[in-house]
Amino acid sequence: MDLASRIGWTLLSFFVALNYGFVINGIIRKVMARIQGRFGPPVWQPYIDLGKMAFQRNSISHGIMFWLGPVFRAVGGVGLYLLMPVVMGDPRLYAFTDMGDLLLMMYFMFFGSLGMALGAGEGGHPHSPIGISRGLSQMTAYELPFILAVVALVAQTRSFDVTAIMAAQQGGVLHWNLFANPLSSIAAFIALLGMNMYAPFNIVGAPTEIPVGPMTEYHNAYISFMMVGRSAFAIAKTVLFMNLFLGGAHSVIEAVVKIFAIYFWTVFVGAVFMRFRAEQSVRFFLRWPAALGVAGLALSLWR
Amino acid sequence: MKNHEPDKPWDLTRFPTIQPPAGSRPHADAGDATCFLGAEDRLRAPKLDEAVATIKNWFRAMSLNVLAFGTGCGAIELRPLATSRFDMSRFGITGAPTPRQSNVFIISGYLATKTLKRVIRCYEQMPNPKWVVALGSCTINGGMYWDSYNTIKVLDLYMPVDVYISGCMPRPEALIAGFSYLMDEIKAGRANGWHHYLENLDWYRENQKQVITDWDLPDYNW
Repeated sequence: MDLASRIGWTLLSFFVALNYGFVINGIIRKVMARIQGRFGPPVWQPYIDLGKMAFQRNSISHGIMFWLGPVFRAVGGVGLYLLMPVVMGDPRLYAFTDMGDLLLMMYFMFFGSLGMALGAGEGGHPHSPIGISRGLSQMTAYELPFILAVVALVAQTRSFDVTAIMAAQQGGVLHWNLFANPLSSIAAFIALLGMNMYAPFNIVGAPTEIPVGPMTEYHNAYISFMMVGRSAFAIAKTVLFMNLFLGGAHSVIEAVVKIFAIYFWTVFVGAVFMRFRAEQSVRFFLRWPAALGVAGLALSLWR
Repeated sequence: MKNHEPDKPWDLTRFPTIQPPAGSRPHADAGDATCFLGAEDRLRAPKLDEAVATIKNWFRAMSLNVLAFGTGCGAIELRPLATSRFDMSRFGITGAPTPRQSNVFIISGYLATKTLKRVIRCYEQMPNPKWVVALGSCTINGGMYWDSYNTIKVLDLYMPVDVYISGCMPRPEALIAGFSYLMDEIKAGRANGWHHYLENLDWYRENQKQVITDWDLPDYNW
């Protein structure tokens, strides 16, 4: 496939993924409302919010890094998505996966948060550094089980290539890493709870406590840009989990269903749990998921 | 319920000059003719601009973010709005914890002069366009605090009010009715109180300084 059609297909797939992220956000708000016995906003409410945020006026900026924070965030999401093969065996949906391996993907996953931390720090509001310090400490904590799980998969497959890891899982549901290496998978899926920042790990934003944490000074166009970056990142991250643990997808429909299932795992957990404090969540991640990750790594090295 | 339809939207000389703090860059300056809600782009007046303004106003009306700032006892009536019985999120109304991310300010009941200072600060930090909903009779004529020494009696002297909801206290149903009226006003481009505030900033400042004796706010709270 030549470069032009490759870029074209990647843009198309990115556009669809972005919209799927927005629809999922709408469904999440609806589902949370139904769980709480409310009707909730319409499913297309994220689109209305996006439009409204874009049409409000920005009132202030705090400097260059303040501008760049949401951009870095979006770059993390877009960069991750560009490296992600979405549907197995369909080179049109492989994006630029041959140009980067798992290490680069994991770098992109953390790049956005770090950029956002720098940008929000320039906002100068006292709540921003509080949220940032909580977010970064929680991030370092959930990194450990996630990286242990990824290293276990890499040791098992002897490859950093996502397509190779996907190929190793073919041949039936029981070949998925979710069943082939359950300990690592459980560790990674618990780490996903921390990444998606729903309860019990939503200390970073901590609504009603430190108003919205790092984003306190951000408004309107910044927020609308962040919404775009966040939904791209959410989908890209979920596709990574699908490829690593659920054997990838063979059709777009399968991808849509698996992404929905993986994402709503964190939403449903978030709907029923209370919020951990920062030190509780750090301790939690360094205890059970990390132990499971070490056990999963030992298991995959032993086999 | 007021209608601050500007007479001459194209006349930019009426706007007060507001200087931002050093090191900050304001994007929405008061002298921006497109600041108007319904009257925006009337200067050029082609049908397309009008349609764009209508679409913008529809988006603004369908996604209201209420600043979480309860000034008085009326804030107790705001809680049920978020719960399953009344559920304001059906209308796209959500709470916003910081002034930067909100565009509706509910003055919920009596407003002490001490609180007024914080209210002004928050109101001016909200990005334009923004709307004020005054809740309860205290904001209209003082209500049961009509002879109190430290509450303000008529809110409209200190802030531009777009919708008044009378009662003591108004029920959540009345609030929903008020919100629905506000949404209609925004869609029709008539809720221009924030613009009236910018136009008459000097007058509002004078009134505010009369009741706030320890005035230490900057010229404008960016």
